[in-house]
Amino acid sequence: MNILEKENKLKALEKQIEGLGEAKAIEKIKEEIINYKKNEMTKLTAWDKVLLARHQQRPKACEFIDYLSPDFMELHGDRQFRDDPSIIGGIGTINGVPFTIIAQQKGATTEENIQRNFAMPHPEGYRKALRLMKQAEKFNRPILTLIDTPGAYPGIGAEERGQGQAIANNLLEMSQFTVPIISVVIGEGGSGGALAIGVANKIMMLENAIFSILSPEGYASILWKDASKAPLAAEEMKITAKDLKDFQIIDSIIPEPPGGAHFNKEAVFKETKLSIMNAYNQLKDLTGPDRYYGRNYKIRKYGFLQRFNYDNLGGNDSDIYKNIRNR
Amino acid sequence: MNKIKQSINSRKLLKEKLDLFQNKLSYNKTHKMDVPKGLYEKCPTCEKTINKKLNIQNDYICTGCGHHFRMRAVDRIRHIVDRNTFIERGIGYITLNPLFQHDYEEKIAKYKKATQLDEAYIYGHAKIHGQSCVVGVMDSYFLMGSMGSVVGEKVTKTFEYAIYKRLPVIIFTASGGARMQEGIFSLMQMAKTSAAVAKHSRMGLLYISVLTHPTTGGVNASFASLGDIILAEPNALIGFAGPRVIEQTIKQKLPDGFQRSEFLLEKGFIDQVVNRKDMKATLAKLLLLHQKVIS
Repeated sequence: MNILEKENKLKALEKQIEGLGEAKAIEKIKEEIINYKKNEMTKLTAWDKVLLARHQQRPKACEFIDYLSPDFMELHGDRQFRDDPSIIGGIGTINGVPFTIIAQQKGATTEENIQRNFAMPHPEGYRKALRLMKQAEKFNRPILTLIDTPGAYPGIGAEERGQGQAIANNLLEMSQFTVPIISVVIGEGGSGGALAIGVANKIMMLENAIFSILSPEGYASILWKDASKAPLAAEEMKITAKDLKDFQIIDSIIPEPPGGAHFNKEAVFKETKLSIMNAYNQLKDLTGPDRYYGRNYKIRKYGFLQRFNYDNLGGNDSDIYKNIRNR
Repeated sequence: MNKIKQSINSRKLLKEKLDLFQNKLSYNKTHKMDVPKGLYEKCPTCEKTINKKLNIQNDYICTGCGHHFRMRAVDRIRHIVDRNTFIERGIGYITLNPLFQHDYEEKIAKYKKATQLDEAYIYGHAKIHGQSCVVGVMDSYFLMGSMGSVVGEKVTKTFEYAIYKRLPVIIFTASGGARMQEGIFSLMQMAKTSAAVAKHSRMGLLYISVLTHPTTGGVNASFASLGDIILAEPNALIGFAGPRVIEQTIKQKLPDGFQRSEFLLEKGFIDQVVNRKDMKATLAKLLLLHQKVIS
């Protein structure tokens, strides 16, 4: 039973209340609902989290921005080609501090989704993000990025305009900024498309968000030639917030109510705001170079590998070179 | 009785030693001849049957149509670098299995044996027409040249070594992208290598990236497209998403020559398409042009 089926069962329980008149019966079912939420909806597999991260009712970046900074002002265009609707960028204050906010926006409805291209940005979207981030660097303004994308868009136009180059340039420039950069993965964090706005001093994830190198379906179809094995792939790929915290890829996890963020959006927004301000307070007193070196140190550490210890062999590099390979 | 046992044991030991010795001999033999199995090969573009030995002598270029075959990393170094000047750096990295994939380690071991490489990337100090530089080469025969933790680390080390020695960097890329078996760690190598390029660039040093067939995915979206000068071999597949993924997404056939070097040259993403025969001369010229005149 995956999380969507559980949700349907919960809805069925809630419907039962409407038909009943007695106070006692209602209370009984309400208790049942609370118990169900507490016991069943908190037991989530990795695949459940994937489903939750892609949930239609999951709060979108727009709603986050509305709560975090009511005076948000959107800025458009990359000054080269066009304005990409799948990335929102602009300036707004959070708790009185002006932030440059960049977010990937999924649509709430099908029409909006098509207009937003399902939050799959084109190169011009990344160039817009970079333009705004450079602006933030100029005016010494902290940057907040909200990540929610299945990946960068694979299409003819995107390739013609240099998708790879746009992402690479973003990665390079983002490592060079001296202003604080805070990233929050609010839904799906798919591959290079997500990382291109996610090179940050502090990376946070919502509890049921995912951050992966490719979709579980893609992984299953490449490795096992069977896309229906995606639930197994999700388990194996270690893409949930908890796993990534264990790997020290992300810094903190923002808790969600049982059953996902859409059950209590207000609480999630509140927690997110708290975490962002917390991270900002840690970063604001550092000097610019400190933030630059901090971010680069963090990036440099990524990886899971080992190096042969030469000292144990009693020789120097060149000896071993001779022994191992005679080219 | 004991004596007999002893003699049998000693014989066994001897035999093992002999076997080892013979293995070594055969290893050396295969090592010297870097010819893949089979004497003839079909060119994928003009469908001409080519003698492999002749092909190797011709720098892996088809004599009929000029198609550039894929090249192993070692051959590439032999082809580009002055004789006996390549000193490999950064050896001894061990690929681990962070996600506990059930057959990943065996796969790596298999490729290690087949290619005689530690990983899909090697780099070292070298000279091209007498000019010092750091050369890195990816090998697409090693798990499609995919970028895992070790490859990312070695690429980063390439730039760090170059910063330490104040040398230009030349990297030949050939990769299918980030290595999915290592999951999120592979993805993060994109950020790591890009940051390394930035550091190298801040020192005012030259980075030439040469894109060879194929350069796609995570490698294309990180250090491959960040060169000060980007060269490409003719007809190499270069792009972020693979052609099959694009076809599935837009549900139509892609035009001929899409995502090839010439296409990218036309769109303005690479500086020049350089034939393999002229590659060494071009690189030497570029290095010469970037010599410091004003101190």
